[in-house]
Amino acid sequence: MKSLLSSGHRGCAGCCDAMAAKFTLMAAGEDCIVINPTGCLEVMTTPYPESSWEVPWIHSLFENTAAVASGIEAALKAMGKMGDTKIIAMGGDGATLDIGMRAISGAFERGHDFTYVCIDNEAYMNTGVQRSGATPFGASTTTSPAGKVSIGNPRPKKNMPAIIAAHGAPYIATTSIGYPKDMIRKVKTAIDTEGPTYIHAHAPCTTGWGFDSSKTVEIAKLAVETALWPLYEMEDGDVTKVKKIMKPKPVEDYLKMQKRFKHLFTMEGGDDAIKKIQALADENIVKFGLQ
Amino acid sequence: MTVIRDLDKDKMVVAEGSYTVASAVKACKPNVISAYPITPQTHIVEDLSQFMADGEIPNCEYINVESEFSALSALVGSSAAGARCYSATTSQGLELMHEVLFNVSGMRLPVVMTIVNRAVSAPINIWNDHQDSISQRDTGWIQLYAEDTQEISDMTAQAFKIAEDKDILLPAMTCMDGFILSHVHEPVELLESDLVDEYLPSYEPEYVLDPKNPMSFGAFADPESYTEFRYLQQQSMDNAVKKIEDAATEFYDIFGRYYGGLIDEYETEDAEIIIMAMGSVIGTIKDAIDKLRDKGEKVGLLKIRSFRPFPVEAIRKAVKDAKVVVPIDKNISLGLNEGALCTETKACLYNTSINMPVVGFMIGHGGRDIRISTIESIVEQAKKVADSGIEVESQYADLKEEML
Repeated sequence: MKSLLSSGHRGCAGCCDAMAAKFTLMAAGEDCIVINPTGCLEVMTTPYPESSWEVPWIHSLFENTAAVASGIEAALKAMGKMGDTKIIAMGGDGATLDIGMRAISGAFERGHDFTYVCIDNEAYMNTGVQRSGATPFGASTTTSPAGKVSIGNPRPKKNMPAIIAAHGAPYIATTSIGYPKDMIRKVKTAIDTEGPTYIHAHAPCTTGWGFDSSKTVEIAKLAVETALWPLYEMEDGDVTKVKKIMKPKPVEDYLKMQKRFKHLFTMEGGDDAIKKIQALADENIVKFGLQ
Repeated sequence: MTVIRDLDKDKMVVAEGSYTVASAVKACKPNVISAYPITPQTHIVEDLSQFMADGEIPNCEYINVESEFSALSALVGSSAAGARCYSATTSQGLELMHEVLFNVSGMRLPVVMTIVNRAVSAPINIWNDHQDSISQRDTGWIQLYAEDTQEISDMTAQAFKIAEDKDILLPAMTCMDGFILSHVHEPVELLESDLVDEYLPSYEPEYVLDPKNPMSFGAFADPESYTEFRYLQQQSMDNAVKKIEDAATEFYDIFGRYYGGLIDEYETEDAEIIIMAMGSVIGTIKDAIDKLRDKGEKVGLLKIRSFRPFPVEAIRKAVKDAKVVVPIDKNISLGLNEGALCTETKACLYNTSINMPVVGFMIGHGGRDIRISTIESIVEQAKKVADSGIEVESQYADLKEEML
């Protein structure tokens, strides 16, 4: 299959964004239009006059991706050019959970026929690893650093799929770049479902999380295997499918491989923080029936 | 000066200013309208919504967005997909769009937007002045200002023609004074669809989002290329100087109405004092000039239709034989104590052989009523400047000192 995201872009070795974009395009095929907010993916793929995109692609601003997607959908409908063209917005966690929330809420409420893919690497990586609403509890970032009186980010992740579900979206799925087949299948289901659909892809960032660039997939899988990132699908607001984990691994297996959690293993009170993180994983197991 | 040929009274209707704009938009056959309601723009979007509900705008989608930010952002996508695009806003809504305004212009998307001019908060105020659009001066949008409801209607079609020209490809805002024009009922000729078809070619952009011919829009420009993008935007602004004139004369050929191109002149030929202004206050100033002319005062008016591009050459030519120039501003640049028209006029006369006093008056902020008597008192002060030089370069003409 021809890759619709050309090689030669400026992504890091082991880049999660490049993998997420590639998998999304593998699901979508050529007949699509992609909208990107400002962020790593936009910057690394389109240094003028070059572009990695073999499909029509547009970047406007940081916080308006879903609105731009709305406008494209409306234009194609108005001009009778919609055909089978798929409209796919692809944004990072900051552009999705934080600054772009208003536009996303508006676009989902209005019911535009498009798919929004959140590539969640759990912080503002393009600007140098600042915390976002998707940063997990206990992670050290440049604006939620661990310190003498700080265990890192004090809050758990914002539950974005639930917020989208509250808008009545017909299809929502969480996925992970560690499971390409899972991601491609879910993106395909999303774009083939009429109306606004949402994919939330967990995406470990080698530089932001602090791990060797050969470990992206391994860490992505550990997030799922520890139940910190449950994989599930929602249809019309109900969870209809989950990826079962027979023997969940302890969260330490995931945390200890990343520099952003390193302090939890050395500082006073770190044990308690790890217990809290384990409790979050245990809650996921119960809530989604993962076992 | 303004020319109305063959006024056909049978075709005239009494309509609200907002309705004349909505009707003009309908006649221009947009593909996407995207707007968020805000006083005093609401009647325009309500009228357009009713047209949509009645199936009167074919091949068009109206997006009821959740904010002005998204109103204009949606049109980034629509315009890039090849649609003719329209929005309307005012004041706080326009300020919220600020970031998107630069983006639309930089991406060379010819969106047309009506600005129903209103003061900005704080203090919150829903009435008319020009602070909202003037504050967007440097965003790369063409800015046109209308004197009355017929002109804002006709200017809508002109704006699409100018913006979508392949030598321009810049967005355009057409500005009408809030309430004074948006909510006034006057006899007008609504734009006729078949004549607009003759005047305004269909929008056929060369570059669009199309899976059959993939292109990338909104790429990242580093220091190697950023300057050239900005230079090309300015070059298009330069091209617009002529295009705005052409759009006005071509409009006259088909519709028989002309309000000037970049500027319009009223009693300027032998004028010693030339007042400059934009928007609905033009009518009041013309009445004041008629009275003053009856008394033998040599006063004229230079109406500025295009604030961006700023009509530098046209202004120089129009004022060169006057004794004093008096820009009137419904806005203030805080920290400079003068309005933008005053600043720009001084700048455009500097470094030329024209050496005359320019004295600015700020007036009508937050909707304060502008009376003929206030214009007369401004002219009195301008006469003193002509005789004995400048005492105060810029000041409020209608300040209530007792409230300070």
